[in-house]
Amino acid sequence: MTSAVDPTFNISSSVSARPDALAAPAKIKVENLQFYYGSNHALRNINFHVPEKRVTAMIGPSGCGKSTLLRVFNRMYDLYPGQRAEGAVLYDGVNIVGKELDSTIVRTRIGMVFQKPTPFPMTIYDNIAFGVKLHEKLTKAQMDERVEWCLRKAAIWDETKDRLHTSALGMSGGQQQRLCIARTIAVRPEVILLDEPTSALDPISTSKIEDLIDELKQDFTIVIVTHNMQQAARCADITAFFYLGELIEVAPSDVIFTNPKEIKTRDYITGRFG
Amino acid sequence: MASLAARRAKDTTVKVISTAFAVLAIFLLGWILWTLLSRGLPALGLNVFTEVTKPPGQQGGLLNAIVGSLIQIGIAMVIGGPIGIFCGTFLAENGKGTKIGAAARFVNDILLSAPSILVGLFIYTLLVVPFGGFSGWAGSLALAILVIPVIVRTTEDMLNLVPVGLREAAFALGAPQWKVVMFITWRAARAGIVTGILLAIARAAGETAPLLFTSLGNNALSTDLSKPMASLPIAIYQFAGSPFDDWVSLAWAGALLITVGVLVLNVASRLFLARSH
Repeated sequence: MTSAVDPTFNISSSVSARPDALAAPAKIKVENLQFYYGSNHALRNINFHVPEKRVTAMIGPSGCGKSTLLRVFNRMYDLYPGQRAEGAVLYDGVNIVGKELDSTIVRTRIGMVFQKPTPFPMTIYDNIAFGVKLHEKLTKAQMDERVEWCLRKAAIWDETKDRLHTSALGMSGGQQQRLCIARTIAVRPEVILLDEPTSALDPISTSKIEDLIDELKQDFTIVIVTHNMQQAARCADITAFFYLGELIEVAPSDVIFTNPKEIKTRDYITGRFG
Repeated sequence: MASLAARRAKDTTVKVISTAFAVLAIFLLGWILWTLLSRGLPALGLNVFTEVTKPPGQQGGLLNAIVGSLIQIGIAMVIGGPIGIFCGTFLAENGKGTKIGAAARFVNDILLSAPSILVGLFIYTLLVVPFGGFSGWAGSLALAILVIPVIVRTTEDMLNLVPVGLREAAFALGAPQWKVVMFITWRAARAGIVTGILLAIARAAGETAPLLFTSLGNNALSTDLSKPMASLPIAIYQFAGSPFDDWVSLAWAGALLITVGVLVLNVASRLFLARSH
């Protein structure tokens, strides 16, 4: 794909034929993770692997801890005193939960897109340049190239190329969300976290984003939190089911949605609770 | 249970009473404006802007007071503006749930409602007495202390309106906090912050009490900040109570100038807010 644009991409695992999703090397390893909101024990003893260049979905009823885990992956919880994580989240072998690693470095490698589109109050171009300028010094031409590259990747170039220097706030919700994805890609992370990225969008925008996720997994490791089980089934290679702060089951999506091992998983995906 | 007729009667009564008081309030405001215009407009000649205060009987103006007011308000904003904005930013971005944040917010609320004459007395004992005289600096500082709490409050309120998601999105790109504040939250809240600054200027423009013991007033044109300095509110205070007709009409002209200035600032701040939403 576009690894010519970006020679720093880790292409070691660009396997030609996609074997079983679980057989891909782990990009993130969660080991004995505990998470607390003050005294509330929100995640209990989580162990699981996020495979590289695959889409991993995290599902479960509200309050099950799936968004909490996503926010651990890029240290969002650091912003709030009183929230703390114990255990290990190994990213390429480095524990990113430890205080010794600066959270801005973690967030550069592991980007995040939120539930509600969050365009910055500036032009479309500057929305993308803001993140890039934090980490790299580019010439005007290089920046133009980067902006076009990530907007193309996010499948929104055709809609924005004539209005790059107008305010991003004038775009539709679906366009704003794809801009946010472009903005995240622009800093060239290796992992993209998506926190219910389509729950505020209409069905057409939703299907565009789902197509996009399919494209992006060729270059990025993707973790998506979703309330929509069809979405997990459509997009994800593997799916993890969380319930009351515990990881109940993780398996390839076709297995989890057709033949889950755990009764709780079956009850949830058949709509008995949640 | 009250009958429908009784409910309707109550409804009408309350409507009539509240409408009557609204009309009364507008009437009083209109009356003030009318008096101001009818007395101030005839006195508002070119001389008001070009001449300094002269002894009664010779046609003078308010040039010294206008210049003095502009200088003192300008310095007050240069000092108070950054302090207010940074303090408000601290309260909104870092001070939540901290002791120092709670203390700063509490003190700021007290300052916001403190009688302005106390601020004048404070600067009097702090600057005027030790340095041996009234001065433009003292007046400017007194006004600065008055505008700070206004700006702190509006800045904090406006930053609190910025959605948490916007901050998180900026952090998620790996931005350090100072860049998130400077480039994202300030930018998102800029219309509200500017409005707070305009309202603070409007407040400073009309204050008399803090200037009485600080810059005192000056009948000659002076731009020397270490000397007593004239200002519009003080000029109004002196002239309106004088027995000379031409001084009294100058006071009306000055009052009209301040009112128009404050009105313009208020309308400007509203337009500014409306345009950004």
